[in-house]
Amino acid sequence: MIKSVLLISRQAPWAGLGAAEALDIALAAGAFDLPLSILFMDDGVLQLLDKQQPQTLEQKDLSANLQALPLFGIEQLYVAQHCLAQRGLDHRTLAVAAEVLDDSQIQQLIRQYDYVMTL
Amino acid sequence: MAMKFVISVLSASHAPSTRRALRFAQATLAAGHEIVRVFFYQDGVLIASNNIVVAQDQQDIAKQWQTFIAEHKLDAVVCIAAALRRGVLDQAEAQRYQRDAVNLAGVYQLSGLGQLHDGLQQADRFISFGGE
Repeated sequence: MIKSVLLISRQAPWAGLGAAEALDIALAAGAFDLPLSILFMDDGVLQLLDKQQPQTLEQKDLSANLQALPLFGIEQLYVAQHCLAQRGLDHRTLAVAAEVLDDSQIQQLIRQYDYVMTL
Repeated sequence: MAMKFVISVLSASHAPSTRRALRFAQATLAAGHEIVRVFFYQDGVLIASNNIVVAQDQQDIAKQWQTFIAEHKLDAVVCIAAALRRGVLDQAEAQRYQRDAVNLAGVYQLSGLGQLHDGLQQADRFISFGGE
């Protein structure tokens, strides 16, 4: 039976390699046609924001990679409601579409996967 | 019931989580379980450097990982992309990028993230050390 992975991405896009290296795990799963979903939590929710200017920090733009996820078969993106709220963000302003989940929905989500990996 | 484990290690050799990962791996085998693969990713790739030198009164966790992997002939995979960007190279990569130093310790293999997913498909349990 094929095992599924829930990847929890918790790092801001400008905070070093964490966000990009989490995304690489997802892209690799997609390349092998394996079931993987991403849940954005904590500063990871900032990866979804519109109008980022990574070039001002001499960084690469990750959002194009995020938008490419469906092409790699990674269709399910989730974002934690409380992490958006803590940062004063509204899901309607996100550049990348992700399903907003409250805490009890997050509990249910985690139970649905064989493995959980947090980066 | 004996189970198959994949263990991933995400922090450098001096991180507390890396010592815990090693102790967990040792306990896993001691309890009669199998380790399908240990996958080193993010700063965890730095553990695979053969150039780590530790003060005499400190534990050399990188060395202990090497010994443990060799003793049990474990499959120890280091993510190649993460390793290259942190300066951990094997012979082939040093030649490819014309670098002087080869520092990947012999018990490790450089390979892609596909090896993490492949391991997960073979495993019953997955545990990751050193993530956020």
